[in-house]
Amino acid sequence: MTQAQLQEAANIPALLEEPGVRKWQDFFGFQTDHKVIGIQYLVTSFIFYCIGGVMADLVRTELRTPEVDFVTPEVYNSLFTLHATIMIFLWIVPAGAGFANYLIPLMIGAKDMAFPRLNAVAFWMIPPAGVLLIASLVVGDAPDAGWTSYPPLSLVTGQVGEGIWIMSVLLLGTSSILGSINFLVTLIKMRIPSMDIHKMPLFCWAMFATSCLVLVSTPVLAAGLILLAFDLIAGTTFFNPTGGGDPVVYQHMFWFYSHPAVYIMILPFFGAISEIIPIHSRKPIFGYKAIAYSSLAISFLGLIVWAHHMFTSGIPGWLRMFFMITTMIIAVPTGIKIFSWLATMWGGKIQLNSAMLFAIGFVGTFVIGGISGVMLAAVPFDIHVHDTYFVVAHLHYVLFGGSVLGIFAAIYHWFPKMTGRMVNEFWGKVHFALTIVGLNMTFLPMHKLGLMGMNRRIAQYDPKFTTLNEICTYGSYILAISTFPFIINAIWSWLYGEKAGNNPWRALTLEWMTTSPPAIENFDQTPVLATGPYDYGLEHANEGVPLYDPNPILSGGPNSVLRAEPDPAVAANPEDRK
Amino acid sequence: MKIPSSIWTLLIGIVLTLASLWYGQNHGLLPAAATDEAVLVDGLFNAMMIVSTGIFLLVEGILIYSAFRYRRRAGDNEDGPPVEGNIPLEILWTAIPAIIVIGISVYSFDVYNEIGGFDPHSIHEAPMSQESMAMPGTAIAATLSDTPPDTEPNLNQEKSDEAMQDPATAEVRNADQIPQLRNAPGVGSVAPTIGGTPEKAGKPAELQVNVTGLQYAWIFTYPETGITTGEMHVPIGREVQISMTANDVIHAFWVPEFRLKQDAIPGRQSEIRFTPQKVGDYVLICAELCGPYHGAMRAPVVVEPQEAFDKWVQEQLVASKETLNQAIAVNPADLSPHEFLAPYTKDMGIKPEILHQVHH
Ligand code: HEM
Ligand SMILES: [Cu+2]
Ligand SMILES: [Cu+2]
Repeated sequence: MTQAQLQEAANIPALLEEPGVRKWQDFFGFQTDHKVIGIQYLVTSFIFYCIGGVMADLVRTELRTPEVDFVTPEVYNSLFTLHATIMIFLWIVPAGAGFANYLIPLMIGAKDMAFPRLNAVAFWMIPPAGVLLIASLVVGDAPDAGWTSYPPLSLVTGQVGEGIWIMSVLLLGTSSILGSINFLVTLIKMRIPSMDIHKMPLFCWAMFATSCLVLVSTPVLAAGLILLAFDLIAGTTFFNPTGGGDPVVYQHMFWFYSHPAVYIMILPFFGAISEIIPIHSRKPIFGYKAIAYSSLAISFLGLIVWAHHMFTSGIPGWLRMFFMITTMIIAVPTGIKIFSWLATMWGGKIQLNSAMLFAIGFVGTFVIGGISGVMLAAVPFDIHVHDTYFVVAHLHYVLFGGSVLGIFAAIYHWFPKMTGRMVNEFWGKVHFALTIVGLNMTFLPMHKLGLMGMNRRIAQYDPKFTTLNEICTYGSYILAISTFPFIINAIWSWLYGEKAGNNPWRALTLEWMTTSPPAIENFDQTPVLATGPYDYGLEHANEGVPLYDPNPILSGGPNSVLRAEPDPAVAANPEDRK
Repeated sequence: MKIPSSIWTLLIGIVLTLASLWYGQNHGLLPAAATDEAVLVDGLFNAMMIVSTGIFLLVEGILIYSAFRYRRRAGDNEDGPPVEGNIPLEILWTAIPAIIVIGISVYSFDVYNEIGGFDPHSIHEAPMSQESMAMPGTAIAATLSDTPPDTEPNLNQEKSDEAMQDPATAEVRNADQIPQLRNAPGVGSVAPTIGGTPEKAGKPAELQVNVTGLQYAWIFTYPETGITTGEMHVPIGREVQISMTANDVIHAFWVPEFRLKQDAIPGRQSEIRFTPQKVGDYVLICAELCGPYHGAMRAPVVVEPQEAFDKWVQEQLVASKETLNQAIAVNPADLSPHEFLAPYTKDMGIKPEILHQVHH
C-alpha cells in the first residue's frame, strides 16, 4: 500500500472500538509486542526518575546549609551515588530504549522488532536491577563511592553495597547491549523495501549511532566492573595499590564506557528533537544528511575522548592534548545539529504546543551545557574546575536540559500515538514553565560555585557559598513540584483526554500512518513510501497525506485534497480546536 | 529563507560583539589569582567566556526570535517554505565552530605549555619501566620488600630508601602499606603532571614540598628542613614543586586561587609546580571523593613574603623537634588515626568530633 492508501485505511473507522487497546494487565507481563515493551520501558524508567529525583532533593536539602545537619555524611554519599546511578542507568538510558522500542518498527514499517523475545528479556532485566540497587538502602549498606566508584575508595567502603552496585550496573549494561543488538538488526534488516537509508527518519539514524556506541563501549565497562568485583570479593589487586594494582587503569576502563554513555544518553533525544521540530514548524528538516551523518560522527568521536575525565589524574602531557583536541572536535557535529534545528524553525509556522516548547527548551539549555563542555575540554581550565560544581552544572545542563527535556518533548509529541488521546496543553505548558525556571535556578548558580572553589560530592561546605546554595536548593524544589502537573496530566489524559485521531500533527513519517494506538503488528500490509519523512510544504507531499478523512476535524490538513475550500468552522490544528 | 536586512545584521553583530567582549572580562566568576599560572589560566578562561557569550547570545537570540516571530497564527494551516538545505550556509556553520575550537585548542596548548605541562623532566627521571606498564599481576611482585633482581641499579629503590631515611617522611608514610614500583622516586610510578615552565623545565624547583593525603587530612613535609606540618607555607615569587602521594585512597590537591589541581594517588607519586605571586591565606581542598568526611579535608595554605616564610620555618624547626620526639617514641603503626593525627589536627582546623567519627 502506498502511504496515501495507508492513511486512507487508517482513517476508515476501525472495526474495533479502540484498535490498539490492550488490557492493563498486559503491561505487567512478559509481552513481545514492541509497543508494550516500549511503554513498559518508559513507565518503569519514569518511576525511577521520581525516585532519583527525591534523592536529588534530599541531597539539595542537605546542601541548603553549610553544615552537615540533615543526614549523616555517610548517608549523604549514598544518596548522591544512588541519585546519579539511578538517573543515568535507570532513567535516561532506558527511556531512550523505550522510545526506540516503540518507534523504530513503526517508523520503518516493520511489524515488530527483529527479536521480540530478546527484546522482552532486555526489558525484564531492568526492574530487578533497580530494585536491587534501591534495596541496598534498606540493607543499610548502600554504595557510597560515587557513581564512578573509583577504587581504592570503592574497595574500602561497604562491601555489600558496592557488590550490589556492581551487580546492578552489570545487569543494566547487559540489558542495554541486548537492546542495541535488536535495534541494529531491526534497522538494517526490517526496513520496508522502499525505504533506503536516506529516507529513514532521523530518530532511526540517531538510534543506529547510539546502538553502535553501546555495542563497542559497554563490554569494556563490564570488564572493568568484573575486575573490580574480583578485587572487592576475591581479594585480587587489579586496581588495589596495596597489592601493586593501579587505580588509574580502572578509570580508563570506566570512562571508556562512561564518556560514550553521555552520548548514549543524548543522541536518541537529538533524534527525537529532529522529528519534533520540523513537524511543529511545518518545514522540512534543514540539512537532513548533515544531521544524519553528524550522529555517526558524534558516535565515532565519542569513543576517543574518554580521558578528558582524567586530566588531573596524571596522564602524559601529549595525551592530554590529544584528548583535548578530540573532545573539542565533537563541538562541530553538535553545532551542525543545533544550527540545522534553528534553520528549520526559521521562517516556519511554529506551533508552540508542549512538545515544541520542550524541544525549544532542549535546544536552549543544551547549548549552555555544550558551551561549558567545550570550556572543560581546554586542559588548563579543566584542571581548575575538575571535580567541582562547575562540572555538576555542566552535566546537568546536558543531562537535564538535554536528555530530560528531550524525553518530555518526545512524550508530549508521541503521547497521542501511544494512547490515542491528546494531552492537556494547559498543564503541559505549566509543566514546561516550572521546569525551565527550576532548572536554571538550580543549576545556573552552580557554575559560579565551582569556579569560586566549591568541590563536588561534599556534605559540608564553606559558609561563603551559602546564598548560592540556597538558591539552588529552592530551585530544586520547584523542579520537584514541576513533575506533578505532568504526572496528573499524563494519567488523566490517558484515561479521559480528547480523542487524538491517527495523525493529529499531520506528520509524514510512517508511525502516523496507522491507527492511534497502533494495532498489534502495526500495519495490515507492507507500506510503500510516497513522500520523504519531512516533505512539509512540498507539492508531492500533498498527494500523500491524508486523502480521505471521515472526521475532518481530526485530520483534514492543508495537505488534504478534500480541503479545497477551507471550512472556517473546522480547525485542522489541534491547537485551534474549541 | 528571509534574511534580516544587512543594516540590522550589522548592528546586532556589533552589539553582540561588544556585549561579549565586555562580559568576558567582567564576569567576576573567578576567585583571586594567586600564582603566575593562575593568571595565564584566567586569560584563557576570559577568552573562552568572550566566545561563549557570543555564541550563547546568538543561539538563544535566534531561538527566541524565531519562536515568537514565526509563531503559527490561529487558523493558518499552511506549511512553511520547503527549504531543505543550503550548502554554502552549512559549510559556513561547520567552518565557524571548527575555527573557534581550533583557536581555543591552540590557546589552551600555549597556556598548558607555559604552565609547564610539557616539562619532560618528570618523565626523564622516571622512565615508564616494563614493570610499571605491565598489568597489575606483575606489579604485585614489585613491592618494597620483594623487588625482582635486576642488573641495572634500581633507581626507585635508591630514591625511596633515601626518602625513608628522612624521619619526617618516614613518619607520615606507612611504607609497609604502600608498595613501590620500580624506577620511580618515592612511591610507585610517577604520574607525569605539570612540571616546570619552559624556562625552568628540567631544573629542580626552588622549593620542594612533599604532600601526603590521607583520609581526611593533608600532611606537608619540607625535605630540605625536615619540617612536618598540617599547614602549607610557601614564599612568594619562588617556584614550588609539590610531590604528592596518598596513603589510602585517591585524594586531589586543589587550591582554587592557584588554579591547579592534581590527584594524589596511592602507589604513585605525582607532581605539580607553580610560582606563588600573591600574599594571602588560602585553603587546600581535597577535590576527589575520598570518603564521608571528604568535605572536611581542607588545609590552610599561606603565601607570604620570604622573610615571613623564613621566620615560620624557624618556628617550625623548634616545634617539630618536640613533636618528632613524641612521635618517634611510639610506633605510628600502632596508633589509631585519631592518635596518629592528633599532633596535626589542631593546625588543620579539623574538628575533633569528625576525627572521632572517623575513628569508629
Ligand atoms: C531534580 C533535579 C536534580 C537535582 C536537584 C539534582 C541535584 C544534584 C546534585 C546537588 C548533585 C551533586 C551531588 C554532590 O556532588 O554532592 C547531583 C549529581 C549528579 N546528578 Fe543530579 N540532580 C537532578 C537531576 C539529575 C538528572 C535528571 C540527572 C540525569 C542523568 C542527574 C545526574 C547526576 C549525576 C551524573 C551526578 C553526579 C554525581 C556525582 O558527582 O557522583 N541529576 N545532582
Ligand atoms: Cu566525558
Ligand atoms: Cu580527600
